[in-house]
Amino acid sequence: MVELRSSSSEMDLDRPNIEEYLTTDSIQESPKKLHLRDLLDISPTLTEAAGAIVDDSFTRCFKSNPPEPWNWNVYLFPLWCLGVIIRYGILFPLRVAILTAGWLVFFAAFIPVHFLLTAHNKWRRKIERKLVEMICSVFVASWTGVVKYHGPRPSMRPQQVFVANHTSMIDFIILEQMTAFAVIMQKHPGWVGFIQKTILEGVGCIWFNRTESKDREVVARKLREHIHGADNNPLLIFPEGTCVNNHYTVMFKKGAFELGCAVCPVAIKYNKIFVDAFWNSKKQSFTMHLFHLMTSWAVVCDVWYLEPQYIRPGETPIEFAERVRDMISIRAGLKKVPWDGYLKYFRPSPKLTERKQQIFAESVLQRLEEK
Amino acid sequence: MGNASSMLTQYDIEEVQEHCNYLFSLQEIVSLYQRFCQLDRNAKGFISADEFLSIPEFALNPFSQRLLKMVDGLNFKDFVAFLSTFSSKATLEQKIELIFKVYDIDGKGKVTFKDLLEVLRDLTGSFMSEEQREKVLSQVLEEAGYSRNCSLLLEDFVKILGKPGLKMEVEVPVD
Repeated sequence: MVELRSSSSEMDLDRPNIEEYLTTDSIQESPKKLHLRDLLDISPTLTEAAGAIVDDSFTRCFKSNPPEPWNWNVYLFPLWCLGVIIRYGILFPLRVAILTAGWLVFFAAFIPVHFLLTAHNKWRRKIERKLVEMICSVFVASWTGVVKYHGPRPSMRPQQVFVANHTSMIDFIILEQMTAFAVIMQKHPGWVGFIQKTILEGVGCIWFNRTESKDREVVARKLREHIHGADNNPLLIFPEGTCVNNHYTVMFKKGAFELGCAVCPVAIKYNKIFVDAFWNSKKQSFTMHLFHLMTSWAVVCDVWYLEPQYIRPGETPIEFAERVRDMISIRAGLKKVPWDGYLKYFRPSPKLTERKQQIFAESVLQRLEEK
Repeated sequence: MGNASSMLTQYDIEEVQEHCNYLFSLQEIVSLYQRFCQLDRNAKGFISADEFLSIPEFALNPFSQRLLKMVDGLNFKDFVAFLSTFSSKATLEQKIELIFKVYDIDGKGKVTFKDLLEVLRDLTGSFMSEEQREKVLSQVLEEAGYSRNCSLLLEDFVKILGKPGLKMEVEVPVD
């Protein structure tokens, strides 16, 4: 019981401070005399509560948007039916075949390389890298990914870290087919976890469990080690820490921004014309998500590699993170919201409430002393 | 493809509008209905306390526990009626009445010193001591011509708060 409590308080410390992201205009103070009216007037707090009930930006970030139905008239409907038959009856089995073939080739090459080439570490890594890029291309082909890359292709060099907005695990696959990134990701159960453990560790990926605070310390250490290695694959981080529906960006975790190296923003925007690429991990498994993608006509998306950014003198990691988030949001046309994606997994911290109480109490006390 | 909003008929909307004294337009009610269905996760026809607390912005509000006593288990009509006070069409008196009800949470028709103290406790938490709160309250009450022992009625609230400048408006997003 004691252990449980201590670990949960550790978690509290580890979580980002929402108040650090609050704008200052929510804090207003007027050093005039305190009247009964000022104490009785609770309208700002009530308005906030009602505003949250009517519409909270938090839930909106994680809502999957159902596609607009277009099969509504006499001649479009048969067309749509035909589409369904083609998509499920022809495209899907074809894609499964491609994927299976891809995996067979991959394992046929990977297993011998992984276990036999142990003496030639450099060669082994190079081949494994290429193989991972290959299997990712196969994945992209299996949903007929139409991906447009804008900007220079990332090169392998130390002292830089790539950060991207996160919509689904397929972000990773899309980026990985161009460059074998080493990624920091949540541990997954099932076959995804198996792939994470056996294959992706070869390209330097780091896995952790977001609810384990110990894991996160280890990750922070590994991160630092990784960016200094000249031979390592470029590092990719999804600083939102969770999948968002590609309409919003939630707060960036500051970890990637305090490493003291170049931060290269990557903006990813999906076109919802055929399928919504948002993976709502609470509602569907990754397998179902893939099935969903593989039975659609195509996955259309744009990827922008933006200009590398450095922390400015006097800038805090949080301000830096926000600046990079601005860049990504503008490029991909996403709205910024002041929420921590981890709230999906934890109850909100009472810190924010306390902060509000403190501001109010201080203003009352100060105005009481004025007279 | 049953869309949530298509389940409301004109009659339904008119009934709801009547219930909230026409403070919301048709579109606003459709929009609120979608929101209601989203919050009412297993479509049981009302929103439970837990579901309200699943909205982080609401859970963080200093009045969340107090407001839960007013909104817990609301059906759609009462949900709209509660929110209608925050419409820009609602009168100042209606808004003040809601504030009064928040103070007078047990509905005895008057606000005692103890009620005032409790609301101030919600607002200031551990950042003011109980003595400080009592001192502040009795001081401002006295200045306004009341004493610690008398309780405030709705008329007093209207007198104290009923000046322009009280802004309590929430916009319903319509798309």
